[in-house]
Amino acid sequence: MAVDRRKFVKLAGLGILGVAASPSGKIFASEGHGNVIKGEDLESAEAVASPCAGCKDNLKDRLLDEINAALKREKRSWGILVDLRKYEASDWSKSIEACHSIHNVPDFDGTKDELKWIWEDSFHHAMPEQANNHLPANLEHTSTPLLCNHCDEPPCTRVCPTRATWKREEDGVVMMDWHRCIGCRYCIAGCPYGSRSFNYREPWPDRDDPKIKLDYPTRTKGVVEKCTLCEERLVKGKLPACVEACDNGTLIVGDLLDPKSTIRKMLGCHFSLRRKPALGTQPKVYYIV
Amino acid sequence: MIEKALQGGKGYWSWIVFLLAFIGIGFLFWVHQLTQGLTVTGLSRDVSWGFYIAQFTFMVGVAASAVMVVLPYYLHNYKKFSKITILGEFIAIGACIMCMGFIFVDMGQPFRIPNVFIYASPNSMMFWDTVVLFGYLLLNILISFVTLDAEKKGIAPPKWIKPFIIISIPWAVSIHTVTAFLYAGLAARPFWMTAVMAPRFLATAFAAGPALLILIALIIRKVSWFDAGKEPIQKLAVIVTYAMYLNVFLLLMELFTAGYSNIPEHLDHFKYLYFGLDGKTTLVPWMWASAILAVISMILLIVPKLRRNETWLAIGCIAVFSSIWIDKGMGMVVTGFIPNPLHSVTEYAPTFPEVMITLMVWALGILIWTILYKMVLTIRKQLV
Repeated sequence: MAVDRRKFVKLAGLGILGVAASPSGKIFASEGHGNVIKGEDLESAEAVASPCAGCKDNLKDRLLDEINAALKREKRSWGILVDLRKYEASDWSKSIEACHSIHNVPDFDGTKDELKWIWEDSFHHAMPEQANNHLPANLEHTSTPLLCNHCDEPPCTRVCPTRATWKREEDGVVMMDWHRCIGCRYCIAGCPYGSRSFNYREPWPDRDDPKIKLDYPTRTKGVVEKCTLCEERLVKGKLPACVEACDNGTLIVGDLLDPKSTIRKMLGCHFSLRRKPALGTQPKVYYIV
Repeated sequence: MIEKALQGGKGYWSWIVFLLAFIGIGFLFWVHQLTQGLTVTGLSRDVSWGFYIAQFTFMVGVAASAVMVVLPYYLHNYKKFSKITILGEFIAIGACIMCMGFIFVDMGQPFRIPNVFIYASPNSMMFWDTVVLFGYLLLNILISFVTLDAEKKGIAPPKWIKPFIIISIPWAVSIHTVTAFLYAGLAARPFWMTAVMAPRFLATAFAAGPALLILIALIIRKVSWFDAGKEPIQKLAVIVTYAMYLNVFLLLMELFTAGYSNIPEHLDHFKYLYFGLDGKTTLVPWMWASAILAVISMILLIVPKLRRNETWLAIGCIAVFSSIWIDKGMGMVVTGFIPNPLHSVTEYAPTFPEVMITLMVWALGILIWTILYKMVLTIRKQLV
């Protein structure tokens, strides 16, 4: 079989990803590459994948390539895939910390005035309708990362009386205009996922706080904010901060319109869940459990 | 015309000063809220609407209830309401302004409210609510002042006002329907996702509003020369009775649907209201008080002998008003957020500044009612 170097690297990268991601190890069987990893079971696959330094680099490089290719297309639809099967290695706090620090999301004590763009909660809270009795230990005891779902049918944008939040046509990101928002909090009432936060007080009372990142806007009190899928990074061909910070391939970003994207391939091979699917909001954050 | 409100005795002016004091103190707390942010309220990430929005919702009902005097008088030519129709319209004016006040103090960026018009968004129910409320306020100002002017001159109201009066009837229904739609179209909040919300809002409005009008008429009889008359008050009492029974009937429908279907995401909210959830029980005593007041009012209103006795009627009306105020002004809005979409229970209680700001808006509305009533009574006294 004639495989040039480039194609080989690509296949190897995908193969390792597939081994790591798929319990059956048959991720590419349907695409005719089944011979690459056929017959591997989960334990040995994880054993192969976890210490592999090249695997994460490959994955992230490939995601970056995909982002750059997607940016050249007229339309794309960014989505996130969360692989909850790798719970043992997962460290959401790194992603949370990365997101909140670059976006100037302040850290307030307690839940009253709290702001959060990405956070973790139990699987029971993340998917109340889908948390069955007798869950596997990984779902029962570990946390699920939660963020704005960037819904295809977002209920938050529908209720906004000033169009200060809207779904961007070219990439499906649910955006926020912090200068137009009147702070009515209707979008918070309308969001079924608790993804939106309100600035109950001045987020940065000290304007010279060294923690403020000057390349990203701070907000004022009295406006709503939320995850913007790092649209400011994606547009520059960078990974969203949460994806970049999580070092074991548990978060994957990609264009859901592109059937050849890693995220679509993963979704095509694995049963996934979304939060509150019955509401018809069409979330674009998927969870493999 | 409004200058007539400047003539009054010691009692009148003391009352005005009393209301102004509440407005002044409340204003200071509002300035505090403006500088510190809504952190001074009991609102939180989980419970993001509270006392202000609940008072707003309740007041929309009070405003809409003017239709209960306008409709019998203008559509059915029920002459006995001729003296109190304008009192109902004035209630609507004050209530509309209170609604706007509650919205204003609830905004995170109140001075950006013009954005609602600059970036008009017909997809948002809040846009429509703003439109219908403003329209209703203007309609009532126009109708009441034109008819009062005619009354003052001893002539019939001009013919051109009639279409506005007719329009104001469905318009009154629309303000509370659209207010219900603010809530009832949100997939995120199962407690509010009920088609019964708009009908129930109207039932509570047509009970609480006329109950307030009865109480005001009784107070006016005590403190001034004007007597609305026994018969109009009895007619209003019948309206209150029907509306209150309809309200409780619709509440029982809600309880049946949530209870019998046993779907946790619907039932949990009612559990929280009447029994508490996860050991959190802040609203439980209030909701049972509301239920008990409802039962008391229903007994007082349904027994003809008691209803015809104005003392019992007044107690019944206070019970109706309080029961609905607790249910709508405290329970309905907050419970939509409890438990939250992640099924966590975060409770809410208004803070002292929040209560003072709420009292400011109430005092403003009552001040408007006082001035408008003083005006009409002075004018009518000169006619006698």
